[in-house]
Amino acid sequence: MFYWLDQLIEYLVENVFGLSMDTQLGSSIHFFFYDTIKIIILLSIMIFIISYIRSFFPPERTKKILEKFSGIKANIMASLLGIVTPFCSCSSVPIFIGFVEAGIPLGVTFSFLITSPIVNEAAFAVLLAAFGWKIALIYVMTGVLIGVISGAIIGKLKMEKEVEEYVYQMKTAEVNIIDPSTQERIIFALDNVRDIVKRVWLYLLIGIGIGAAIHGYFPDEGFLAQYAGPENPFAVFVAVILGIPLYSNAIGTIPIAEALIGKGVGIGTALAFMMAVTALSLPEMILLRKVIKPKLIATFVVITGIGIILVGYLFNLLVPIIR
Amino acid sequence: MVIKVLGSGCSACKKLEANVKEAVNELDLNVRIEKVEDIKDIVAYGVMKTPALVVDEQVKVMGRIPKVKEIKKYLSN
Repeated sequence: MFYWLDQLIEYLVENVFGLSMDTQLGSSIHFFFYDTIKIIILLSIMIFIISYIRSFFPPERTKKILEKFSGIKANIMASLLGIVTPFCSCSSVPIFIGFVEAGIPLGVTFSFLITSPIVNEAAFAVLLAAFGWKIALIYVMTGVLIGVISGAIIGKLKMEKEVEEYVYQMKTAEVNIIDPSTQERIIFALDNVRDIVKRVWLYLLIGIGIGAAIHGYFPDEGFLAQYAGPENPFAVFVAVILGIPLYSNAIGTIPIAEALIGKGVGIGTALAFMMAVTALSLPEMILLRKVIKPKLIATFVVITGIGIILVGYLFNLLVPIIR
Repeated sequence: MVIKVLGSGCSACKKLEANVKEAVNELDLNVRIEKVEDIKDIVAYGVMKTPALVVDEQVKVMGRIPKVKEIKKYLSN
């Protein structure tokens, strides 16, 4: 799909910059331009498609859909809807209250809250650019799986007492969902593309810059493979612990991860790190503290963390087989 | 007429407020614009995704930032 671009940048490096592709500088410059253009094209396409689908699923409608399901089916639905429902961390509290108030079980609410940040269109687009379809799809499926299983466990633990009292006493109105016209949906999707690209481009460029430097100047294999390679089970654990306080822009971490994987870091290790950065973010926990007690927050972090570590192992095992 | 902008103070909410003010100025209306920032009041409207626009206690838009032209439509009826 991007062979033409690869060739074009190679031509630029060799004829405009006058560098050989075999030099460290030449290969760094190629990585930088090729990756930047490829990621921005894919990112824009993905955000547009998902935002358009998203305009059909405002959280108010998601709530209505979830009221119809029960048991593990409800966890699966919640997790899947977590992919397409628009969500930023400033909405997590009203969404939590709205769900609980509508009588949606706590575990089902968590399935939604966990999958939503892990599987987002931006991460998907960049994964697609860096690793191709298979890895990107497996990432989505495992993100859904973590949401379903973690939510189901939280549901089984019967932690309703760990929600702040006032949440149960709140009354929310039934709101009429106003469906936008097709033209409004397209405008909404384009606005989203502009917003997200505007928000992440700098992080992305910094990430690609660091990735390009690693790509061109870092010694091949050896040291990294030894400490953070797929054979080191401890590395996944450390990556997840590191990811929790690092609420950075996950998008910027992907090109760095891509370059590091090229140098021998396990893919599972890198993906577990990315999932931890997005799913277990400190600002999110601080917001959720308004509605749930510390014990439930801790439970959510531990269960989701274990899920992500297991996914890291899974990828480290699987990737050599499917690539 | 009372116009309310619901939002917990994120940048999207501020943008909506600016658009509302512009729409009001263009239509030369004499209306009150209120900001609703308390989470309890926001969910009381049934809104789960901010920013939201409420005109005379009716939720008109939620979870996105309408353009000035669109806001004028809600204010003219």
